Amino acid sequence: MFYRETGQFKSKYREELAAFPLAEDKVGIAILLVIAYVFIPIFGIPGLSYEFTMGAIMIPVFIFTITTLGLNILLGFAGQISLGTGAFMGVGAYSCYKIMTIFPDLNIIICVILSGLVTAVVGMIFGLPSLKIKGFYLIVATLAAQFFLEWAFIRVAWLYNYNDSGGIEGTNKEMFGLIVSGPQSDALTRYFIVLTLLVLLTWLASNVIRGRIGRSWMMIRDMDIAAELIGVRPLTAKLSAFAFSSFYVGISGALMVFFWLGAAEVESFDVSHSFTYLFMVIIGGLGSITGSYMGAALVWVVPVLIKEIGKTVFGFDAFVMENFSIIFLGVAIVVILIVEPHGLARLWQITKQKLRLWPFPY
Amino acid sequence: MEILYAIFIAPFVEMGAYPDLFIQALWDGFVAGTLYGLIALGFVLIFKASGVFNFSQPILVVLAALSLVSFYQMGVPAWISVILVLIMFYALAWLVERLILRQLVNQDGNILFMSTIGLTFIIIGAAQWIFGGVPSAMIVDELGFPNGSLEWPMFGGGVYFEMIDVSAAVIAVIMIVILAVFFSKTKIGRGLRAVADDHQAALSVGISLNQIWVIVWFVAGIVALVTGIFWGARSDVSFALQIIGFKALPVLIIGGFTSIQGAIIGGLIIGLGEKIFEIYWGPLLGSGVEGWFAYVIALVFLLYRPQGLFGDKLIERV
Amino acid sequence: MSENNSVLMEVKNINLRFGGVVAIQNVSFDIYEGEIRAIIGPNGAGKSSMLNVINGFYHPQEGEVWFNGEKRPSMEPYQIAKTGIARTFQNIALFKGMTTIENVMTGRQLKMNKNFFWQMLRYGPAIEEEVEHRRRCEEIIDFLEINHIRKTPVGALPYGLQKRVELARALAMDPKILLLDEPMAGMNVEEKQDMSRFIIDVNEEFGTTIALIEHDMAVVMDLADRVVVLDYGKLLADGTPTEVQSNQAVIDAYLGVPH
Repeated sequence: MFYRETGQFKSKYREELAAFPLAEDKVGIAILLVIAYVFIPIFGIPGLSYEFTMGAIMIPVFIFTITTLGLNILLGFAGQISLGTGAFMGVGAYSCYKIMTIFPDLNIIICVILSGLVTAVVGMIFGLPSLKIKGFYLIVATLAAQFFLEWAFIRVAWLYNYNDSGGIEGTNKEMFGLIVSGPQSDALTRYFIVLTLLVLLTWLASNVIRGRIGRSWMMIRDMDIAAELIGVRPLTAKLSAFAFSSFYVGISGALMVFFWLGAAEVESFDVSHSFTYLFMVIIGGLGSITGSYMGAALVWVVPVLIKEIGKTVFGFDAFVMENFSIIFLGVAIVVILIVEPHGLARLWQITKQKLRLWPFPY
Repeated sequence: MEILYAIFIAPFVEMGAYPDLFIQALWDGFVAGTLYGLIALGFVLIFKASGVFNFSQPILVVLAALSLVSFYQMGVPAWISVILVLIMFYALAWLVERLILRQLVNQDGNILFMSTIGLTFIIIGAAQWIFGGVPSAMIVDELGFPNGSLEWPMFGGGVYFEMIDVSAAVIAVIMIVILAVFFSKTKIGRGLRAVADDHQAALSVGISLNQIWVIVWFVAGIVALVTGIFWGARSDVSFALQIIGFKALPVLIIGGFTSIQGAIIGGLIIGLGEKIFEIYWGPLLGSGVEGWFAYVIALVFLLYRPQGLFGDKLIERV
Repeated sequence: MSENNSVLMEVKNINLRFGGVVAIQNVSFDIYEGEIRAIIGPNGAGKSSMLNVINGFYHPQEGEVWFNGEKRPSMEPYQIAKTGIARTFQNIALFKGMTTIENVMTGRQLKMNKNFFWQMLRYGPAIEEEVEHRRRCEEIIDFLEINHIRKTPVGALPYGLQKRVELARALAMDPKILLLDEPMAGMNVEEKQDMSRFIIDVNEEFGTTIALIEHDMAVVMDLADRVVVLDYGKLLADGTPTEVQSNQAVIDAYLGVPH
């Protein structure tokens, strides 16, 4: 009733191929953008402090959504599993740090995008085994990447400019006279930058997956042999998926350090983080862009809220709440696999389907 | 030239110059390999019988060691603690079957695998909550295992054999023999293999899937307990132990997912390989290479023999 | 069937072994331009293996494949697809996570070439290309009468329709030769009639050369211009349906020889 496509006819294939063919979807996206760009910056989230809203919820959720988009491109669209996401974020972060050291005057956004490109190349190199190794076994190749990179982040002192702390740290960076990154930057500025990048990257990803290249990924995912016999070259399809995915993951890693944490060490990129990102993809929904948003939000926000509410309302100590949120993640993943292995995105789709027919059951 | 010498000549010269150190390294690698093999064995058991790649096996090892020590610290005698842990694992196996596996029957292998990652998180959270996160020592003496070490003088030096390591190796061998016999000779063992081949077919000839799953998870729990005792004796009992679980994956790649002998041989290859590489080639790279070298070995194996040492070759068809 | 019997494809002395198992033994036959060529034989006769050799999935130990009057060098499957060979599979090999139209569009992959940059923006050349190929796919979908399931995920479709979508996908490649591996297996009589009609239409309207494997002899006799009979990997007979039908060796293979 509220959500229906009857009466919306299209006379051109071009209209049919648009990102949101339905008018209701267009309105929905517009509303979301207004909320993100206007309401949250002005009013924040009701009941939560401004600092907390920005620093603990909005900025990290946006950054992890970029990570999740990246991993979803690889796992959900191209069907190549990776447990190296954490380390690839590290590649983005460390390369951004190096680029900023070598070219101190370069615009930080360009540094971030360049570090995405560096990660894309690294991702392609570690994606090479995927040409020979299929399915589940690919976990081994990506874990090899994870552990090797973690080791490199400690042992190759050049990566962190030989400093004593062994970590990387952001400095104040200006853009148009405004401090956008570093200890003195304003949370709101960083919020807008991260949000804008997220919107842009989402748009690019949705374009790629609906076109020729996205189809070649899905062909490899659904039936690699048939894809090859139809004319998909596995080398190109798989490596482009690794590259594009790593580009996103790398950008999110750079953003995480320079637009959120401010500083980072190897622990921020370890294998347990890789699992968290995997959870975001699965809970959100494999092969779904909307799902990437939902997964990142749920997996990040709920534990944060559990910890916060446990601390302030019930007065539990941090250790207990930490364990409680670990249990929550575990339960969430098991429940979602049992209820709907295609994740929240599929549940959302089913709801939409029902809204189409509402109030009539059939 | 110098670098080539350092890579291809110097390590072997060193091995020859100090044979006692070399033998010590071999022994250490052997013991570590046995324990890797035991963890892999837990994976193999469950994979063989249910086609589930059980990611939670390493955390079961941690849980076993941790709960054993905790029961003892609460004043329960050592051997009673062992029995309590076994009862706990039986209950856990039953719960896992009831609440997770039964709900996911006939799902894709990847989904079952992911569900065991979820299970891992649940166990980590719950175990830390209940038992706390403070490392403690394994109750080796209390369980009656020999302590101390043997020193064999040889080649002008000496090689140390920790008694607990010797016990670990002996018990590992005994367990493998028992399990191999159990799988190939007993009725339950045959049932287990039938279930792995085809769930529905097994059901149709009257094998109870649910029972089989409880049994196999329980047996994997026993293996985890043994592994936990010996690994806990080598280092402290803490959650840091789970990191060794990541070594089991390369072991499985080498040995194959369904072979009991493969698990142990794979374990030894990884254990020996990474020890030798760490000691003789590690310094060239700045050491700490143990974290990823096992994966390099596994990758090389995968590229040349994707089915593992003991697996069957797959022919692709359309 | 075309009048001039020019040879489009020829396989010569193919030998294919898997380890010690001989799948195809010294088989040769040719396919004329524009004809419907049936390959028949009992289970395990090497029919599917033969198709796999033709489209390059299996590499025979000995023998040659001639296509368009040239001897084909050793190529990867995706390169062979480019030369104009399309096929359907015995056990449907659709892309289960995609809709019907997306599946059909995959057939056009080889004809699309706009680069990553335009793909990301989905603007200019990329969208023009997409529209152009979409048009052709819609024509094929019309032709095969599957408009109503255009946006249904193929995994949810009944078997008969899946077979038809697979045919649509193969047709979208605008192939010179179309290989159909048991296009009518597991269908009821009506579905078989539909499918036969589509195969004949494709052959007549698009002039596509077709090689098909089929078990239903009645269908084969109606559809095929010429028939190859394989048994235990060997060529048993080759000729028009009537010739093959009266061949003693074929009758023995199908009905068994009294001992």
